[in-house]
Amino acid sequence: MRAPTSILPLRLAEVSFVVGGRAIIDRLSFRIEPGSRTIVLGPNGAGKSVLLRLCHGLLEPTSGRLEWADRERPGRRRQAMVFQRPVLLRRSALANVVYGLKLAGVPRAERVRAARAALDSVGLAALAGRSARVLSAGEQQRLALARAWAMRPEVMFLDEPTASLDPSARAEVERIIQAIHDAGTKVVMVTHNLGQARRLGDEIVLLHQGRLVERAPVDRFFTRPASAEAEAFLKGELPWT
Amino acid sequence: METGTGRERTVIDVIPRALHDALGLIVGLDASLLEIVALSLEVSLSAVAIATVLALPSGAAIAVMQFRGRRVIVVLLNALMGLPPVVVGLIVYLLLSRAGPLGSLGLLFTPAAMVIAQTILILPIIAALTRQTVEDAWREYQEQLHSLGARGFTAALTLVWDIRFSLITAVLAGLGRASAEVGAVMIVGGNIAGVTRVMTTAIALETSKGDLALALGLGLILLTLVLLLNAGAYALKEMAQHRYG
Repeated sequence: MRAPTSILPLRLAEVSFVVGGRAIIDRLSFRIEPGSRTIVLGPNGAGKSVLLRLCHGLLEPTSGRLEWADRERPGRRRQAMVFQRPVLLRRSALANVVYGLKLAGVPRAERVRAARAALDSVGLAALAGRSARVLSAGEQQRLALARAWAMRPEVMFLDEPTASLDPSARAEVERIIQAIHDAGTKVVMVTHNLGQARRLGDEIVLLHQGRLVERAPVDRFFTRPASAEAEAFLKGELPWT
Repeated sequence: METGTGRERTVIDVIPRALHDALGLIVGLDASLLEIVALSLEVSLSAVAIATVLALPSGAAIAVMQFRGRRVIVVLLNALMGLPPVVVGLIVYLLLSRAGPLGSLGLLFTPAAMVIAQTILILPIIAALTRQTVEDAWREYQEQLHSLGARGFTAALTLVWDIRFSLITAVLAGLGRASAEVGAVMIVGGNIAGVTRVMTTAIALETSKGDLALALGLGLILLTLVLLLNAGAYALKEMAQHRYG
């Protein structure tokens, strides 16, 4: 079912996103490669969420270029995004996943089976018939992950997926993100939680004031940060902008 | 019935009497009263149905689409919510009167004319409230729907269906306005007994004639209907909130 050529790497060339004269993202150039899990870190206002939205296609760069390797079919179904606060439709958990599959062009006959499988993989099989909006915050986020994962995307963007969850729900979501990675989907995640970055990340991308200031494997980033900004960030000293 | 008592009536005397008679009419299912109530419902519900079909999509479209002059339309729509019924009545009267552009249709002083007038009256109300409701929801849903691949019409349809219970409020506001207004239906309907007499015009007429029993009876029914409708809508919303969150 998956197209033979990968949409990765995603190439960003001098990408900027300027609003009202202020550059949220400032001439950013780098590549997102398949495989390793990329964690985007940075102080508030560094442009992390905007970067994800640019990559996902929710925002258009005001200048610069953003290119997927496979330019033929840059359709939504090959990349998905999970937000800090998922918006679920007022229908059952199962119907929410089915809705996503329908938009992704999955044939009607396969939708329910695929949706059930996705719910099962996030531990929500028992709640399939429950209305999505009455689920707990943790269950809602797991449902959002199931909805995104059901489309078998090649890339999954996650914008602080555990920021509004309690520790046990957070652990559950982390387990699912790990499983998504294990299943071969490229994970690109923004987080504020350094412990989580260590647990789930392979490489760290540090943004500061819309610029990429350091990119390094997790171990090296936390033990021997190369840039002054990374050092200051790890000490909690980077000023909020 | 009220004559020949020989003493000066005061409001204190009249109200209990009228109330008593009014209840008698209601309990006895008085034919002319039922006819008036039925026509009222027919006219107002028709107007609400037509206005809803037109106003929901247009209100939703204005909410989610970006186009030149959008602000002007939003302001205009909000202003039109306060359209005076008599002015609407006058305009529809001019359009439908024999010398008017639509005079050949022969609709003046018919229930159809009343439906037209009420539709014009409440269309901006439903559209403006829909626009507001959809716009607020759109802010919440937009990114998620775009992310999932829903765009344009698909996204709008998903959104409207998801907030359908909130939109009931908009439709209900239209129904409340339609069933309570006098000015428009009076002018274009003419308050002809058995043909275009509805609750509000009957109340106005009977009050001026001094037949307080019928006026009060109709007033009670009107109040009860409005109360029941709102209670029903409230219960539906509660149920939906509980069921769907």
